[in-house]
Amino acid sequence: MLSYIIRRLSIMVPEIFLISIIAFIVIQLPPGDFLTTYIMRLQASGVSINQTIIDTLTKQYGLDRPIYIQYFLWMKNIILYGNFGTSFSWNRPVGEIIMERLPMTLIISIASLIFTWAIAFPIGIYSATHQYSPLDHFFTLLSFIGVSMPGFLLALVAIWFLYKYTGYAIIGLFSLEFLDKPWSFAKLADMLKNVWLPIIVIGISGMAGLVRVIRAMMLDEIKKQYVTTARAKGLPEYKVLIKYPLRVAVNPIISTIGWLLPSLVSGESIVAIVINLQTIGPALLTASLAQDMYLAGSIVFILGTLTVIGMFISDLLLAWIDPRIRYGER
Amino acid sequence: MVNDDKGGNQSMSNAESTFEKISNKKTKAEQLLYASQWKLIWWRFKRHRLAFAAMVILAVLYISAIFAEFIIPYDPTFRLVGYEDAPPTKIHIYIKGEGFQRPFIYGLKREIDSYTLRVRFVEDTSRRYPIKIFLRSEPYKILGFIPVNIKLFGVEGSPLLLFGSDRLGRDLFSRTIYGGRISLFIGFGGIAISFILGCLLGGISGYLGGTVDNIIQRIIEVLSSIPTIPLWMTLAAAIPRTWPVTKVYFAITLVLAMVGWTGLARVVRGRFLSMREEEFILAARAAGAKESRIIIKYMFPNFFSYLVVNITLAIPGMILGETSLSFLGLGLQPPAVSWGVLLHDVPDLSILAQRPWQLFPSLFVVIAVLMFNFMGDGLRDAVDPYSIIF
Repeated sequence: MLSYIIRRLSIMVPEIFLISIIAFIVIQLPPGDFLTTYIMRLQASGVSINQTIIDTLTKQYGLDRPIYIQYFLWMKNIILYGNFGTSFSWNRPVGEIIMERLPMTLIISIASLIFTWAIAFPIGIYSATHQYSPLDHFFTLLSFIGVSMPGFLLALVAIWFLYKYTGYAIIGLFSLEFLDKPWSFAKLADMLKNVWLPIIVIGISGMAGLVRVIRAMMLDEIKKQYVTTARAKGLPEYKVLIKYPLRVAVNPIISTIGWLLPSLVSGESIVAIVINLQTIGPALLTASLAQDMYLAGSIVFILGTLTVIGMFISDLLLAWIDPRIRYGER
Repeated sequence: MVNDDKGGNQSMSNAESTFEKISNKKTKAEQLLYASQWKLIWWRFKRHRLAFAAMVILAVLYISAIFAEFIIPYDPTFRLVGYEDAPPTKIHIYIKGEGFQRPFIYGLKREIDSYTLRVRFVEDTSRRYPIKIFLRSEPYKILGFIPVNIKLFGVEGSPLLLFGSDRLGRDLFSRTIYGGRISLFIGFGGIAISFILGCLLGGISGYLGGTVDNIIQRIIEVLSSIPTIPLWMTLAAAIPRTWPVTKVYFAITLVLAMVGWTGLARVVRGRFLSMREEEFILAARAAGAKESRIIIKYMFPNFFSYLVVNITLAIPGMILGETSLSFLGLGLQPPAVSWGVLLHDVPDLSILAQRPWQLFPSLFVVIAVLMFNFMGDGLRDAVDPYSIIF
């Protein structure tokens, strides 16, 4: 197991390195370096800039040096000091803004993942055991629609229907009176009143694909002879399903965390914008709209790194469950 | 060809089948033997009713987007002054006491609600305006070069707003159909770039193997592990705001293709790897065929059908991408009309609750994407050489 972990970790390092390069390219993409943007911004707001500040900033980011040195300086600041650079639109360190919003992003993403699984498993198993039944067709249609609806649209339609039929308007994670208050039980209760909707909306788009995978896996397994044997020996039907085919079918499904995670985070960021959650998504939108590239690039870097770590964890889980991977080839 | 004796058996077992019927089947079986690969795929695809229907609907969508000027009653930028934020016009075909009528509409009257002080539109039942087909209109040009002076349908004397109107009094139906030009075709641009990149890099990766393969695989893994929408958002953010629409359009297709090529490259690589070991490739090499000839003449035709399936399933992702980006205000900007741009007008609940018809363009997004998924599903079955034809 240990050698597997080490092998898997060694793949992660170049991956994170590549992500950092992509993020850096993103930062460099807009014409002109960020300092000119910064100076223009300050001038537009009527602040005079003195030359010493410009010189310090130029030196700090190595703007007068070649581009690869700039990259190494950026990385050095992140690794050694946790300094991601400064956001111009917020006028604060990028790391601070991200750290403020990261916990909520993680909570909502993980909750969506759990929701996705909790719903997709029963539906997938039902669809496989009742293949071509009316409900199976219904779920198939539903999952096609789930895949075809962009997340923001689902969110919009969901809050609109909720408002139309119950009169309850979800305009954010918290009601107005709790917005600036510190954490308390009342605030938590208030959050729970609102947070289920984004979780469901984010979960549904991932669920659609997962149901199809589970259904296909279960269909393959159910036809095998060991299932017939178990049934012939008189095991109750639920035990036949849960003890044998489900355990085989679950392996590839755990590996789906790998592709589910990026799509969940991706869905989360756009749904969060529509429902106005205090997560990374809306911060990325404002950063992107203002061409605040240090913030935007750093967010891409952090989200990418987190998904790579998430995939690493899912691979470990898979190795833990399936000995063929632990001891297997490669 | 597994299937042709199956077809024969079926007709034999059918006791009532006359001689004619049998001979008909035979010719069908014969046809199967001589049919080309593409013909077989087409026959299998036609059997898949849902996929076939999806293709027809997509064809209708694309044709209506191409000939948008002929179909839409109003120019997408034309403002119906006095009809701002009007709800969809009701089309009547039945009146109590008079029975069924030719479809007609009533005129709209503006009223101010005495309680909320909001403008409200009420039907003015004093006069009926029939909906006319092939209506004469001002001369205009389809696609900018075919001069016409007929519209598919319209109403004289009163505005016909099938999907209602927007904040500036522009007809939402016209704008939605017209917006299909950008939204439906952006997928093709993105796919074209993805296709080239995917074939090239996937091909290199699968054909050369070794270190190059390793590096390209890592890049693909990384690109697909970064959440798509955030990556798209930041890439789109780098597009200068001052660029003209066509340039932005091209940039957005590039942004969409940045992520899209990875899936195609994976398919191409997998096929290359499995095919490299096949006998017919070995035979070709032994016969002295050049590497380029082996790739183009022997390998490419073999995985082309799989590529078609993957392309069909990748286009909806691009359509959703453009819609999401434009919805966020990061894609195309307002003078351009696309489904995402139209949805950009509904950012929050307060507007949505008052003017739900603003969501009509989204219906087209969902239908287009759904149909592509259905069609891709059918195509996947159709290119599978072991599935049954008749």
